[in-house]
Amino acid sequence: MEDDAPVIYGLEFQARALTAQTAETDAIRFLVGTQSLKFDNQIHIIDFDDENNIINKNVLLHQAGEIWHIGASPADKAVLTTCYNKTSDSRVVSCAAVWRMPSDWETGSHESPDDSAHNPQTLELLCHLDDSAHSNAACVLWEPMGDGKRVISLADNHALLWDLQESSTQATVSSTATLEGKGQLKFTSGKWSPHHNCSQLATANDTAIRGWDLRTMSQIYCIENAHGQLVRDLDFNPNRQYYLASCGDDCKVKFWDVRNVQEPVKSLEEHSHWVWSVRYNHSHDQLVLTASSDSRLILSNMVSISSEPFGHLVDDEELSEGEDNHQEDKSKEPLKDSVVSTYEEHEDSVYAAEWSSADPWLFASLSYDGRLVINRVPRALKYRILL
Amino acid sequence: MCTAVSEDSGPGRRHRVHGMLKLYYGLNEEGKAEEQPESLDPCDINGPHFDPELFLNKLRRECSLAELMDQETCMVKQIRSLDSDMQTLVYENYNKFISATDTIRKMKNDFKKMEDEMDCLSANMAAITEFSARISGTLQDQHAQITKLSGVHTLLRKLQFLFELPARLNKCLELQAYAQAVRSHRRARCVLQQYSHLPSFKGIQDDCHAIMDKLAQELRQKFRDGGSSAKDLSECVELLLQLDEPAEELCDKFLSHAQSRLDTIPSPTSNTDILEFIDRGCNEFVSSLCLVITSYQELFINHAQKGELASKNIPQMANGKLNAFVDDLAARYFSLVERRIQEEKGVADNSLLVRALDRFHRRLQAVTKLLPGSAVPNQGTEIVIRAATERVKQYLSALQSFYMDSLTDVRQALATPRLPELLSSLSASILNQIKSVLASVHLFTAKDITFSNKPYFKGEFCSQGVRESLVVSFIKFVCQSSRQFCESAGDKGGSTPPALLLLLSRLCLDYETSTISYILTLTDEQFLVQHHSPVTPVTTLCAEAREAAQKLLNHYVKVQGLIISQMLRKSVETRDWVNTIEPRNVRAVMKRVVEDTTSIDVQVGLLYEEGVRKAHSSDSSKRTFSVYSSSRQQARYAASYTPSAPMDTNLLSNIHKLFSERIDIFSSVEFNKVSVMTGIIKISLKTFLECVRLRTFGRYGLQQIQVDCHYLQMYLWRFVSDENLVHFMLDEIVGSSAHRCLDPAPMEQSVIEVICERG
Repeated sequence: MEDDAPVIYGLEFQARALTAQTAETDAIRFLVGTQSLKFDNQIHIIDFDDENNIINKNVLLHQAGEIWHIGASPADKAVLTTCYNKTSDSRVVSCAAVWRMPSDWETGSHESPDDSAHNPQTLELLCHLDDSAHSNAACVLWEPMGDGKRVISLADNHALLWDLQESSTQATVSSTATLEGKGQLKFTSGKWSPHHNCSQLATANDTAIRGWDLRTMSQIYCIENAHGQLVRDLDFNPNRQYYLASCGDDCKVKFWDVRNVQEPVKSLEEHSHWVWSVRYNHSHDQLVLTASSDSRLILSNMVSISSEPFGHLVDDEELSEGEDNHQEDKSKEPLKDSVVSTYEEHEDSVYAAEWSSADPWLFASLSYDGRLVINRVPRALKYRILL
Repeated sequence: MCTAVSEDSGPGRRHRVHGMLKLYYGLNEEGKAEEQPESLDPCDINGPHFDPELFLNKLRRECSLAELMDQETCMVKQIRSLDSDMQTLVYENYNKFISATDTIRKMKNDFKKMEDEMDCLSANMAAITEFSARISGTLQDQHAQITKLSGVHTLLRKLQFLFELPARLNKCLELQAYAQAVRSHRRARCVLQQYSHLPSFKGIQDDCHAIMDKLAQELRQKFRDGGSSAKDLSECVELLLQLDEPAEELCDKFLSHAQSRLDTIPSPTSNTDILEFIDRGCNEFVSSLCLVITSYQELFINHAQKGELASKNIPQMANGKLNAFVDDLAARYFSLVERRIQEEKGVADNSLLVRALDRFHRRLQAVTKLLPGSAVPNQGTEIVIRAATERVKQYLSALQSFYMDSLTDVRQALATPRLPELLSSLSASILNQIKSVLASVHLFTAKDITFSNKPYFKGEFCSQGVRESLVVSFIKFVCQSSRQFCESAGDKGGSTPPALLLLLSRLCLDYETSTISYILTLTDEQFLVQHHSPVTPVTTLCAEAREAAQKLLNHYVKVQGLIISQMLRKSVETRDWVNTIEPRNVRAVMKRVVEDTTSIDVQVGLLYEEGVRKAHSSDSSKRTFSVYSSSRQQARYAASYTPSAPMDTNLLSNIHKLFSERIDIFSSVEFNKVSVMTGIIKISLKTFLECVRLRTFGRYGLQQIQVDCHYLQMYLWRFVSDENLVHFMLDEIVGSSAHRCLDPAPMEQSVIEVICERG
């Protein structure tokens, strides 16, 4: 049961922004946004052919500026948001915008693969997510499993809820929340909770994590000093509504039950430098992916705090006779939290990691030097979870 | 010859008399066998078998005429003398006979007179006999009457006693001569009981009863009042017992009375010291308790065993009651003592407590002697044991607070740059404190203390109490609290000063290498710990201490790294790198970083050894250093629009791996200065790198970074184990900032050097 070797794809630019194409559930597809100050930035659409272990790529131009964050619409495959830096008059401005991919990017690439490299198509701007009052967007969040009409952008110390209208060509701010306090507060990251009818948002600023109710735009909880240093990323457990994972500059990954913000439920310290990204697997929430600037990607199996702490519960009927014995043996094994594996294919800091939206056993990670690595959950673990 | 015969006459007769006597008495004559032939000789003129004829013949045959003549004259002479002797004898005997005849005649006359008198006497006697018979005949009737009368008299006396009894009792009552009253009543009781069917006696009995009831009442009253002395009291009880008062009730009353007296146990006032308290408790309570027990036993148990009460199982009952009573009282006393002991929190002078406990324990032995089956002494021992364990606990907490206090002191003294002195004084004062605590605790096992030979104090107290819960716990506490410094401080940067972390780390390391084994050996020697139960081995503690030391040092590195990182991060984040002016100096923050690093180096150097480093190149600080110095960087940034189709990924990664080895930023450090410094510098530079990557630079921004990095390069190499590490990371920073630069025009190396040297 040898695991497939990781597949590596090299971008010629440095890159930080990575997302799975959320609305796409058949093909394994990731979007990568590049960071280059000198050249036109690109969005690489990476298709992974699982059977042949081959990567297909398409490049779209993103001429507005270097991409710091990218988000794919959960409803429309072709729509995405980016946060980018625009330099003009020796000033660097952070902006956010909604884009549409040209409709023929796929067909075009197939017909004339050579052209795509030399003459890439350009993204079509749908609307800006900025107004005069609020700029410096850190990230844009789509409403999880929504109809692609609502996004939240985090700009400085404001959280803006936008309604996209007329095929996303117009965006209006429907409500805002402002983080108030001493000093210059700034949201670094956020996550829209898929639970509670998508009415909650979690944000990170400095060392604190805050929860917001989007109906009233008011704070509902606050984890002060969630991490010893800056909190870099958050993710909600897709199956347990109160569970939240966070990571930060103290090299730790912490798991919280937001009903009790005093103590983390669990804390991991596997990385030897800042942890930049934490992601729950969309289906099997015991699988947690963390990316760090120690150039490592770590896949952990957090069984004890997952929605299936006793393993996959199998009905008797599902068991085929031949498997009976095997099943019993397995159920007796104590399930422990453990690091499944550490991936060391990257040479530089890994700033992003994402699970595929199509294949729950597959994930991509992106390091600063532009290397995208596609990996799979080890087969042994996969079968243990499934069977 | 003649003389021989004459001389022999005397003895010869005697011989004959002898012979005859002998014959008579049946004695054989063998003893005289020599004489016999002589006497049998017929020629012996004095012998009984003398034959004159034979004698004459013999003479004639043997002797000459002259001799015969001589014999004849001699014989004639002898015969003559014999005749004259015989005549004299006859005369004499005649005179005597005459006088005897006279006497007899005289006697005959006297007897006649006597006979007359005897006749007279017998006549008189007969007369007397007759009179006497007559008198006795007349007196016969009166004698019977007198006997009867005297009987009546005694009865009357008794009756009188009975009739007088109430009055007498009353009198006694008045005079409070209870004993006499009871004695009188006891004498009359049976009679009264027997004749109670007669109305008069019934009356007396009733009266007596009434009086005795009153008496009993009074006795009880007296008994109850309790003012009386123990002797009075016991007398009361004795009397009451004789009055058939139920013994059980009496026991109860006696005990309750005793209890009321004993209730005045001194309450524990905290202003008296423990020894005084125990003393008072012993003197007042234990002594009176012993007194009560003694008198009680005297009264109800020993006494009752002798008397008729024994049959009623009183001793058992009384014993049971006594035990319950003593237990109850003792329990209350003990609870008081325990409360008092618990108040004894100050650990300054243990000897007082030990002495107090000793006295307490010793005095309770008296109770053991009096009441062999009582649980009281055992409970007492348990109290002592509890007190001892409590004491050990207090010592532990005292040690702990002492430790924390010393840490606070150390914290305040940290400002002075004398870490080694601080360390040695801290460690010495802790050691001294441990020793003094051990000495204090040792008092519990001193030989002159009565309870020290209890099995608990010989075994468990030493091994579990002192070794485990005092010494081992303290060491564990030290490690534990050290670890806590790491955790609590982890949240918000540094409530713990880094120097303290460093100091504690060294302390733990010292503990690991020597102190722990020293302390444990000391304990084992002092207390002769016999390891019956499993005890924590030295190695476990050492491992724990080492772990704590490692953790502290790691944390120190982290904290110091963080402090420098924060400076670097702020300096990068708060600056507008696009619109900055051309660099003229090294930024102040870099100087600050170097200064801080140097002072950290000094600080660590005070406590830790240098450690090994790789050999320096001769001109480490002068190394040329430019944006594109690394071939790796060149390869990366030169690529602009090269086809980025899936290339031979293996080759690419291999190339990369050739040039870099992975650096673990937050990793464990070794116990030496170089390793610590390397760790701190790694953390700082990595932060620098990550911050740079988040910014956009203008031309002068990049140049400023170049200058800064060169400056760091000049000073930081000397602190780390491998200077290539610093080179590599600084390369990376400059490379990254070049890449984040809108107008990457690097500064001339010579200019950079000039600026840096200018400082």
